[in-house]
Amino acid sequence: MNVAETPFDFVTASYLTRIGNQSAGTLAELLTGLEQCSDASIFYHTFQTLGSHHFLTEGFSNDFAQWTLSSTNRNDLAEQLAVLDIRDYTSIAALRSDLCRVVRDFCVAEPQFASQSGLERFYFCESVEVTVPLGHSARNLDELRDGLTHLSHAAFYFHFISSRLRLQLQTNDFSHWLSSSLGLRTLADNINHIDVYTNTLDSARAKMLRLIDRERKKV
Amino acid sequence: MSEVLMASRIPLENYEEVVGAGEIEELRALAKPLRGRSIEMINSTPVGGGVAEILNRLVPLAEELDLNIRWDVMKGAEEFFDVTKSFHNALHGEPYHAKRKDFDVFLSYNEQNRATLPLDAEFVVIHDPQPAALIDARQPGSNHWVWRCHIDLSHPNHAVWVFLEKFVSCYDAAMFSSPEFSRQLCIPQYLVYPAIDPLSEKNCPLDSEFVQQVLHRYQIDPHRPILTQISRFDRLKDPVGVIRAYRIVKRYFDCQLVLAGGSASDDPEGALVLKEVVRAADRDPDIKILELPAWAPLEVNALQRASTVVVQKSLREGFGLTVSEALWKKKPVVASAVGGIPTQIIHKHTGLLAHSVEGTAYQIRFLLSHPEIAAKLGEHGHEHVKENFLITQKLKRYLALFLMLDRHL
Repeated sequence: MNVAETPFDFVTASYLTRIGNQSAGTLAELLTGLEQCSDASIFYHTFQTLGSHHFLTEGFSNDFAQWTLSSTNRNDLAEQLAVLDIRDYTSIAALRSDLCRVVRDFCVAEPQFASQSGLERFYFCESVEVTVPLGHSARNLDELRDGLTHLSHAAFYFHFISSRLRLQLQTNDFSHWLSSSLGLRTLADNINHIDVYTNTLDSARAKMLRLIDRERKKV
Repeated sequence: MSEVLMASRIPLENYEEVVGAGEIEELRALAKPLRGRSIEMINSTPVGGGVAEILNRLVPLAEELDLNIRWDVMKGAEEFFDVTKSFHNALHGEPYHAKRKDFDVFLSYNEQNRATLPLDAEFVVIHDPQPAALIDARQPGSNHWVWRCHIDLSHPNHAVWVFLEKFVSCYDAAMFSSPEFSRQLCIPQYLVYPAIDPLSEKNCPLDSEFVQQVLHRYQIDPHRPILTQISRFDRLKDPVGVIRAYRIVKRYFDCQLVLAGGSASDDPEGALVLKEVVRAADRDPDIKILELPAWAPLEVNALQRASTVVVQKSLREGFGLTVSEALWKKKPVVASAVGGIPTQIIHKHTGLLAHSVEGTAYQIRFLLSHPEIAAKLGEHGHEHVKENFLITQKLKRYLALFLMLDRHL
């Protein structure tokens, strides 16, 4: 079994939610908020919400889409916002740009809906990430498997989802380490292809463990 | 050692079965850098009310993580609590004519408590407005002070808020239960949800035999759909509106309605509302109006578990934790989109939101017609609570806050 020179260090992250000073009652105000809010706010309402609502595997993508659907009843716009896939983005700037474009295009095309008040206001919040090492690491596939099975949701989310922004490589911590430290590129790719939108964190982890087990049988 | 004696102590390990070993390991990892650090929680009552209930659970769990935590209760006489009750209502937006004397009473009791409380912990957490002026005891640069506000400040009385804001702005941070409840402040504000304890009597698993006994005791038929609203008899909970919604549903489904709340005997307004509810029920044998003694947690638990649909048709609400209690029991919930309820009910995902009597009735009918969708909403609701509204999550957020303050993030 391959042994990595650089270990995989398991870390957990706890996220505090900071309440911003912006809110939106209409789609036009949502657009203004999207243009002006912090990067940490875009992260909170897209990346982090996927982690905190991971158990919803049908029709929930991000807070902007959910608010547009439930508060303004604009299914068409909600769908366009929901299909933006965070895995396609390696920067918040690019994600913000697309979110703004989608809402702006809708407001231009349907100006009568842009200033219509929603049922509830949308409050812009931000994530503050606090990371702490879990105190164990992996040097081979067995140890990675063992560590994976004991991770909390937050720790799994940190390595599997939020890592995409940190790495800026359209991959996650597990796949990156498997590929770069153990040379297991196919396994790394297969893990990276697990759909974070249609899986819960638990089912994504279960798939990952199955893929690892299949790889271990080859050894 | 804390001044307040804990009513009950549940070992942290007991939560493993509910949230998983990984979550407990994570709590220990987050607490490790804070081991031995001192924390002081201060509120104004040792028993009764949501804050005392939460601290009763939170403080022992934090002690198990080797945090040097104490919980102190500020002392005050009747005149102080009369004033703070008025302030509380005024901050909720009720009409109030601020008098100079009231502010003096407030300041005087805070000053007396500054002289007797330690206030020297590395992290001092002050709960709600009553002890807010204790911040004046703070030595510059000495320790971290956080103000935890459990009430809705979205429409406060101007004079009371201006008075209070002077103190709040001296803290390092403020914590609110919902973004909607917060104010524009010069200090950072954080979102910390209220939480339920999955192992408390109100939420722990129950034998079905006990549930059946409770139904039998209150003459509720277990074989017909049961709609339930658990809340005190208060106009803001709109119990009469619930009866109107029930009557619409009753045209299509042979259902029963349970309205259960604490006794209204020592609450003149509650007694009045209870009379209105009894009148609105008009001796319908399928409407059960239950005055439960001191909230009878096990009976509330049983009634929620026996329900087909749980309703929370509030006109105004704080956070509305009864919603999380029902979701934890995997119950489909129909609730008003007010206060903290939309945070708990993600429409069509973890429950259904309504904005009127007719809307409430429609959503209940929908759930009674589609039990498979009702079950799915209940499942998702349970997961939502597990992820966001359990006491272990709340503890995690406190730990993250202390770490963040310590690291000056």
